[in-house]
Amino acid sequence: MDVTDFYDTFFEEASELLEDMERLLIELDTAAPDREALDAIFRAAHSIKGGAGTFGFEALQNTTHRMENLLDLARNGELVLDRATVDILLEAGDVLKGQVESYREGESPDAEAADRICRVLQQIAEGDKVPGPAARASATDEAGGQTSHAAAVGTGARRVTVRISGLEDGEAEALAGELALFGEVSNRSEESGTLRLDLATEADDDDIVAVLCFIIDVDQIAIEPVAAAGKSAAGAQRLRVTVSGVDDTTRPAVLADLELMGEISARQIDGDTLAVELASDQPIEDIAAVLGFQIDLDRVTIEPADAKTATAPEAKSATADTTPAAASAPAEPQSVPPAKAASESSGGAGERRREAAHSESTSVRVPTDKIDHIINLVGELVITQSMLDRAVGEIDHEHDEALSEGMSQLARNARDLQEAVMSVRMVPMDFAFNRFPRLVRDLSSKLGKEINLETRGGATELDKGLIERIMDPMTHLVRNSLDHGIEDVATRTAAGKPAAGQLTLSARHEGGNIVIEISDDGAGLSRERILAKAKSSGLAVSDDMPDEDVWQLIFAPGFSTAAQVSDISGRGVGMDVVKRNIAQLGGHVDLRSKQGAGTTVRVILPLTLAIMDGMAVRAGQEIFILPLGAILESMRVEQSAARTVTAGSQVIEVRGEYLPLVELHRVFDVADAETDLARGIVVVVTSESRRFALFVDELIGQQQVVVKNLETHFRKVAGVSAATILGDGSVALILDATALARMTAAPRKPRKTTAPLTPSETEESVAND
Amino acid sequence: MTDMIAATDSDQREVLVFTLGGEEYAVDILKVQEIRGYSNVTRIANVPDFIKGVTNLRGAIVPIVDLRLKFALGEADYTEQTVVIVLNIGERVVGVVVDSVSDVIGLSAEQIKPAPEFGGQMDTAYLEGLASIDDRMLILIDAEAMMTSREMALVESLDAETA
Repeated sequence: MDVTDFYDTFFEEASELLEDMERLLIELDTAAPDREALDAIFRAAHSIKGGAGTFGFEALQNTTHRMENLLDLARNGELVLDRATVDILLEAGDVLKGQVESYREGESPDAEAADRICRVLQQIAEGDKVPGPAARASATDEAGGQTSHAAAVGTGARRVTVRISGLEDGEAEALAGELALFGEVSNRSEESGTLRLDLATEADDDDIVAVLCFIIDVDQIAIEPVAAAGKSAAGAQRLRVTVSGVDDTTRPAVLADLELMGEISARQIDGDTLAVELASDQPIEDIAAVLGFQIDLDRVTIEPADAKTATAPEAKSATADTTPAAASAPAEPQSVPPAKAASESSGGAGERRREAAHSESTSVRVPTDKIDHIINLVGELVITQSMLDRAVGEIDHEHDEALSEGMSQLARNARDLQEAVMSVRMVPMDFAFNRFPRLVRDLSSKLGKEINLETRGGATELDKGLIERIMDPMTHLVRNSLDHGIEDVATRTAAGKPAAGQLTLSARHEGGNIVIEISDDGAGLSRERILAKAKSSGLAVSDDMPDEDVWQLIFAPGFSTAAQVSDISGRGVGMDVVKRNIAQLGGHVDLRSKQGAGTTVRVILPLTLAIMDGMAVRAGQEIFILPLGAILESMRVEQSAARTVTAGSQVIEVRGEYLPLVELHRVFDVADAETDLARGIVVVVTSESRRFALFVDELIGQQQVVVKNLETHFRKVAGVSAATILGDGSVALILDATALARMTAAPRKPRKTTAPLTPSETEESVAND
Repeated sequence: MTDMIAATDSDQREVLVFTLGGEEYAVDILKVQEIRGYSNVTRIANVPDFIKGVTNLRGAIVPIVDLRLKFALGEADYTEQTVVIVLNIGERVVGVVVDSVSDVIGLSAEQIKPAPEFGGQMDTAYLEGLASIDDRMLILIDAEAMMTSREMALVESLDAETA
């Protein structure tokens, strides 16, 4: 097996770990850092280091090593993580990302950046006191509590005992195979999900763990020098460890830690107090330090067992001279065999992590182009199915029930399959939301503002392609909110608002759409300023325009009301681009704002770009698809209902409202189409809050269509957003309601174009529409 | 002997010969994806008449161009026998309607002569040259240059996109 086979897995994992690390660092409350979070950050750095070491990515290994040292001090409370330090750690994370990227591309990473960040990390680490014994102990305890100091020396073959707990069927075999690659395996035993074996190897514990990590969780692995076990039986000191304030959730973890430090010969539980007899060759302070991960050290007492038996009244049968073998025998009611204790620990404190590991092992990474290919194939299958259905419908199958039964089953299965495949592309909005904490943090310190970021509905699912394409507009909107929306602390306090501004990102499903809101409690839009700016740029405005129309002005090209241009936003290229990008995704933006109270921008998007609900409509012999979401109602009207406003531009009255009339056959120049309103049907279509009446010959029916890009092999066509393939295999154009709405404002083309339009003319008419 | 084959191999290229009106044209065989019949073409409004529309080529939406209309040659009728040459140009696929496809022949470099300046329907920019074989004359078309040319209106030109 070639080690490079693991590269991709490592890069993927490292990238994920770095993302986790960044998220945790940003979430970290520097005033009262969460122990678990610190541990998780440390673990992430450590896992990357381990992998980098195995694969020989030196720069990555060195940088993570420095980072790890610093984090280790932090989680032992020897270094206070203030905001500045967290910033450095975030920066180090960026350097690591760069390094992972470089290695992935097969380039050598930026040595200068690495040197600089390593020096800074080193300085911070040295600025505090020299790591004490506790720090050393914890460093070796990491990666599942390897107690081997030999690992640090690590030259020449050594013998270690590897114990892996919580295994599922078949995993033991795979692991033993992996371990055999490191050296010679002996004394292998398996018992209730725990694999135990001795290994003679030259590899570091870190390297062994790093490779095993690909199969199982770090917490499941324990590596000890073989010698330690022998020593604990012979020359180890016997200790009595009493821990108070231990409940059911922390107890297994405490026991597991003790298990790693030596052999437990007896244990007593009395309420929330745990008393353990331990045979260990470890210094008492190291044992204390390890327990310090789980509980406050002032709740722990460790003393030589023989001296203090009397002060522990619970200890009756477990006396100092009980041999380890006897004490761990089943006859002893309170004692537990080591293997059981270990597996208990994995079921207790490590439970959450284990669940995460479990979900990881049941997921598969698939490149998106493979998924897209499957989606295409399934789309084809559905089309083939409709073709078959049509063909079968034409033959007389009254006498062939099996055929019609089979056909309806095929139809169901094909639809189900399509739905299932589409769901593969769906990812939670968190993918997008997770990128914002960092942005908000960086920008708020740059701007000198205090901002709380809240995200809601992160589990809402959206097509992956859409998420990627919504990132830029969203980033822009968030920057706008931070820069122009939320005021600085002084202004806020003066206005009687809380000093910290609130930025909320939310996502939810609404019908067949997803609604994403970017909402701040800042100054809101200034009606006066927008109107003044609009006047000065020569836009047609009036002072008594409704608010909604005023807000729409900021989507005009080149419009910015920012008092001063900053490097974050405000150059006036923006909102129009945001609006255009979102319209391209088949969505739209609206905006609510109240001066002094804040602004909410709502982005409404379809759930997926690949499939849409449409209404097939006919003009002459041609079929078009109208997006179902754009249809309000349809009705038959008399020819007399149409009034001509100017030559070629008509309106019809629908319930007291005059709507511009768009005749589909005119737009697409269809021959033999119905021209008498009374003999066709009028569909009321809405787009971007503009409504119009579309005249077609006939509504054929509602159907789901697979959206196919026209521009892949052809070009954009006026009034058309995309194309699809109908049941008979022919192509139908999907109408673009927004573009059609714009056509109502443009001068109508003559019925028959005598000379073909040159492309530039066609383009021009599109642009001007 | 082997040297000779190697020499001709590197110079020689194969072209697909097709007819438009009374003339014989040729395109590089490497650009030809397949040859199929003309069926199920969806018309597109407001495009030059030589763009017949789009069709479904195994799930891809592909434009169909009638070179007979483009070059004002031959009768533009559409039957089951009407031939469409599917060309693969870069990332794009386009179907080209022609009168008929005759054969595939090898041409060596010295058989290809530069095309003289023409007036009229065909821009010399996408003529690779003229080739004579015995008493036949082939008009060699640079498929890529022609299909991406502005007057074919098959792709959006850059300035139109920024408009």
